[in-house]
Amino acid sequence: MTTSTIVSRVKQKRIAQLLAKGKRIDGRGLTDYREIQIETGLIERAEGSARVRLGKTEVLTGIKIEIGEPFSDVPNEGVLTVNAELVPLASPTFEPGPPDENAIELARVVDRGIRESKAIALEELCLIPGKKVFIVFVDIYVLNHDGNLIDASALAALAALMNTKVFNYEIENGEVKIKSGYKQLPIRNYPVAVTFAKINNQLVVDPWLEEENVMDARLTITFEKDGKICAIQKGGSGCFTTKQILEAVKIASEKSKELRKLVVKA
Amino acid sequence: MSQKLPEKLINEKGLRLDGRKPDELRPLKLEVGVLSNADGSAYIEQGKTKILAAVYGPKEVHPRHLALPDRAILRCRYHMAPFSVEERKSPAPSRREMELSKVIREALEPSIFLEYYPRTAIDIFVEVLQADGGTRCAGITVASLALADAGIPMRDLVCACAAGKVDGTIVLDLTDVEDKKGEADVPFAMMPNTESVTLLQMDGMLTPEEFEKAFNMAIEGCRKIYSLQKEALKAKYVAIKEAVEE
Repeated sequence: MTTSTIVSRVKQKRIAQLLAKGKRIDGRGLTDYREIQIETGLIERAEGSARVRLGKTEVLTGIKIEIGEPFSDVPNEGVLTVNAELVPLASPTFEPGPPDENAIELARVVDRGIRESKAIALEELCLIPGKKVFIVFVDIYVLNHDGNLIDASALAALAALMNTKVFNYEIENGEVKIKSGYKQLPIRNYPVAVTFAKINNQLVVDPWLEEENVMDARLTITFEKDGKICAIQKGGSGCFTTKQILEAVKIASEKSKELRKLVVKA
Repeated sequence: MSQKLPEKLINEKGLRLDGRKPDELRPLKLEVGVLSNADGSAYIEQGKTKILAAVYGPKEVHPRHLALPDRAILRCRYHMAPFSVEERKSPAPSRREMELSKVIREALEPSIFLEYYPRTAIDIFVEVLQADGGTRCAGITVASLALADAGIPMRDLVCACAAGKVDGTIVLDLTDVEDKKGEADVPFAMMPNTESVTLLQMDGMLTPEEFEKAFNMAIEGCRKIYSLQKEALKAKYVAIKEAVEE
């Protein structure tokens, strides 16, 4: 169930009035992101990690690599698993327990961007065809919720994957032996998610919490490096006009290039 | 039991495996009022996809703390029968089913006047009996009919249909094989009288131009489904009227 948050009518009205004039309550323009900081390699025990700060939203993503069995329909490919935890310390509205529908949606939207853009060269992660492959666990840990968890998590997942090292190995009599040393996880694409909120029939990019609390609907569009769309997700209980969706695609195409520069540099 | 996948999904004549043109829907059968216990119910067959939907409510909310003082809460469960797919699916809800339950609920929510029924709950159950692609869209189409059958006031019917890309061609209403082997899938739902998009998802890879083409094709597909939905609703009342007159 959605956790309902009470927003005062005064604030709701203020947000709408400002939007009508093309302004937002935190002073940003309609298509501006908050300040973004990306740090990588903070967790030494993880094969890869990154922390993204998007304004006050904070997401830590850790990558663990294990050896396991492939799926029977793709016996020569490694396995990608994305999980998201809305940790109770991140927001008064998060509760302990197994991932709820919001956490599952978050993980699946991030997963879709990585998987459909073929960001990880999974075929290079096969050790013994049909028997042993590398499993890449992407664990998204939300540390502070101030809105737009999808974009922050997608950035953190990408930054962490780019920072991931895979241990060296050799095959001896059909057994996998781990050797010393590491090499870089093979990354081929850089998917970046851009999320919009619709408030009072107006689109804003990168909604923060106060805007999410009053928004009618949400739209996330993920672009890969060559300018193709690789994932879309509408959320929230409202709707969009067809025109708004095509407009959002245009804006997201430009915004994703800006965001990608931040990660590929970091 | 694994089927062998065909090499080509679209032949030299531009026709698909089941003989359809790229912008053609599968044969659609809709029936309203199929379950006696539910307040509203409906059944859909879209090609080999077969889905039952039931609506219960507006009714008392359990557990009570979930109730909202100014409107009804809408709950939705999308579930696949273990025998609905090639390899038996565990009946426990998967992460996919949990996500789909959420997006289906959010696709139907804009159509319902929830504010007419404060402190109540409306439950929607979508049971996939057989899956052959497009189950979330067919689920929305049929659930919207079940809501109408339950007599719940709505702004419009919600109709849904996927478009996508298969063998380099933009196509409408993908089957399971087309979805798995194709390049992209765009599930879509709308309320036609206001042209409001209530569901939009995509996976795969499309250029913005291809996306726009798929998007427009899905809108056209939805309009066709919309008229079939209205026919199905009317058919139930025509049947009742005839029974009374006899």
